Amino acid sequence: MSGVLAGSKLRWGVLLAVTAVVLAAAGIYAVGAYQRFEESRAAASSVGITASQPLPAGPFILFRNTASGQGYGNAATVPLSAPGGSRSVSEQQCDRVYGTPQEVVCLKTNRGLVTAFEAAVLDRNWQQQRAWPVPGIPSRTRISPDGSMIATTVFVSGHSYAAAGFSTATEVSFPDGTSVNLEDFALMVNGERLLATDRNIWGVTFAPGQRDVFYATAASSGRIWLVRGSLSTKTLTAVHDHVECPSISPDGTRIAYKKNDGGALAAHWNVAVLDLASGQETVLSEQRSVDDQVEWLDDQNLLYGLADETSEGDSNIWKLGTVPGSQPSLFIAHAWSPSVIR
Amino acid sequence: MYISLSDRGRRDKREGPRTALASEVPFRLSPVILWLGIVSMVTDVSSESVTAILPLYVTGFLGLSTIAFGFIDGINQGASAIVRIAAGWAADRSGHPKRIALAGYGLSMVARIGFLFAGGFWAITAIVAGDRIGKGIRTAPRDALISVTAQPQHLARSFGVHRMLDNIGAAAGPLIAFFVLLMIPNGFSTVFVVSLAFAVIGVAVLALVVPDLKARSLQGAEQREGRRLFAFSWSHLREPGLGKLLIAAGLLGLVTIGDGFIYLVLQARDSFAVQWFPLLFVGTNVVFLAFAIPLGRLADRVGKIPVFVGGHVALLATYLIAAAPFGGLWGTLGCLILLGAFYAATDGVLAALASQLTPPGKLATGIASAQTVVALTRMVASAGFGVLWYAIGASTAMVVAGGLLACVVVVVAFILRGARVAPAENSSVGS
Repeated sequence: MSGVLAGSKLRWGVLLAVTAVVLAAAGIYAVGAYQRFEESRAAASSVGITASQPLPAGPFILFRNTASGQGYGNAATVPLSAPGGSRSVSEQQCDRVYGTPQEVVCLKTNRGLVTAFEAAVLDRNWQQQRAWPVPGIPSRTRISPDGSMIATTVFVSGHSYAAAGFSTATEVSFPDGTSVNLEDFALMVNGERLLATDRNIWGVTFAPGQRDVFYATAASSGRIWLVRGSLSTKTLTAVHDHVECPSISPDGTRIAYKKNDGGALAAHWNVAVLDLASGQETVLSEQRSVDDQVEWLDDQNLLYGLADETSEGDSNIWKLGTVPGSQPSLFIAHAWSPSVIR
Repeated sequence: MYISLSDRGRRDKREGPRTALASEVPFRLSPVILWLGIVSMVTDVSSESVTAILPLYVTGFLGLSTIAFGFIDGINQGASAIVRIAAGWAADRSGHPKRIALAGYGLSMVARIGFLFAGGFWAITAIVAGDRIGKGIRTAPRDALISVTAQPQHLARSFGVHRMLDNIGAAAGPLIAFFVLLMIPNGFSTVFVVSLAFAVIGVAVLALVVPDLKARSLQGAEQREGRRLFAFSWSHLREPGLGKLLIAAGLLGLVTIGDGFIYLVLQARDSFAVQWFPLLFVGTNVVFLAFAIPLGRLADRVGKIPVFVGGHVALLATYLIAAAPFGGLWGTLGCLILLGAFYAATDGVLAALASQLTPPGKLATGIASAQTVVALTRMVASAGFGVLWYAIGASTAMVVAGGLLACVVVVVAFILRGARVAPAENSSVGS
């Protein structure tokens, strides 16, 4: 057998050389990347920041800071009155945040040889109160207005070529540490219970002033609905079509959401607003595709994050009025996952 | 295991003194198989390191949505299965399986270069598709090379050696990727560079060290049989042995649900914490690589069909343990061991069986046919089981799948009873 393998010494030399060169090149690249990371972590932030402070007493915006340098990826706040001003950056690394005046929920990635994901509840001094593992990559989170319930949506992903594709897992957690998986709720469409097939639930929003009621997205067999959920009866009832990641207005009368007008594969999400009483839908004039759960700045304006096309890993928060024809404007640069705390 | 008796009996009767049993010929690992194993190992480091972090990269870093990925993944799996047969045919037709394999490894390598410049959902989708099509192209010609190089008496064991090395790469890839991200949290580009480096090494080893063997062996086979063996013909799929194997493998594939479902059942039973979920995949891989050689040796000794069928009995046991109301750590470990054993008893053994049942000139096509049948039927099985899962619940669905599998195992045992499995008559190298 060695005869066919022999070839010339030249071949072995070339193989050795190729192996050495590519390993050296990858090694040099990795070391360079590590040094750049260390430098950027130590570098001053590219925006004005102040050291960690407790949550502000007055109204503020909570978000994930994506400005390069110190504090990249950390939860941060700015006063509602000065969103473009200096930001107070905490020590907490979060992929997704949401808050109330008293507490913050932080979905995060714990990197390691086994990378895991976690939801943590922090108090107003950024101290962790409790935490629990979540089964995938953080996507959405919301806290009920009274602070008692926390909804999380994560992407559950396959880990190998053979595994099934992506799906979502959405849970509502209660203060006593128990939780419910919304996929276990009865899904009612046109008065009938939907039993079979693939079912995904994502993007919960809690209705203000109603402890039992929430809205979310439900999908099955390529169809997507806005569902009204009840925690006491464990039901989800479809109330409107083509609504993803609903967000209910502070006055509880309207729902802002993303609406896919591009088809299943080439998704293009427009921002739209649904009047709950009349069922009237208004598609807003943002031209870019918005893949976020919209947040209400007030009863007339929306906030959402958009990835920064020019710089990977960076994003900006934009503001858009709900009056038809309103144009989006930059609200907070280098930021993601806005949460308005009044 | 009555089947093993009939398998052995027939073989001994028909072939007489020419057939040497595995125990009588000392095992000598061909360097070609070792190098092919190393090619697969570094290529798997390359592909699995990217696969492991791709969801994080797409959702967490690029901020893209991932719902469409599942659908695209399905398309890719289908495309990969179809190019596999075409590549097998091309390998036989050209008489140069190494060139076809090299094209497959090369395409995957070129796709990895794309990651360095990629941005956006479609770019990534195209790159992943290129990678998987490359995987589809290379598999059957590579297994054909293993088959012609191996000692016929130690065919399954030789495939076992290859699969072990392959799985070492598959287990190491994600660890390397997550280690890079542990050191450099947003170091996705570093993972892509490291992945490309391993892909280049794999292609270099294949191109420079592995000889192109098929032409020689084909010539030998043609001389022996006194006719040309090039042309592809559907009729060869009707060869008594291979046809039966394809039917058997297809039937078994139809009742083989995806691993993901088994892991989800284990997780839902709450016998271990959510954060250890990824370790289930690693655990199965480690068992696979540990059992690949021992079960290959067993297949050479007692017959490949009993080991192949027995692997599915291990799968049946996995379903039943996963569906059982009790569980805990031991139940989970038992499932992982049985699932790993299932792969070790079926993956390489199927390739060995297919190559034995195929005439020499159509080796790669025969192997590709068997692997494609398995891949396609398993896709159907996963889709069907998904529906069943939501309709009647996880545990009940698992028991139903187990019941079907038990029936199919019995049917398959009967189908394969008459299959001609004769070592030492196909391969020219070493005889």
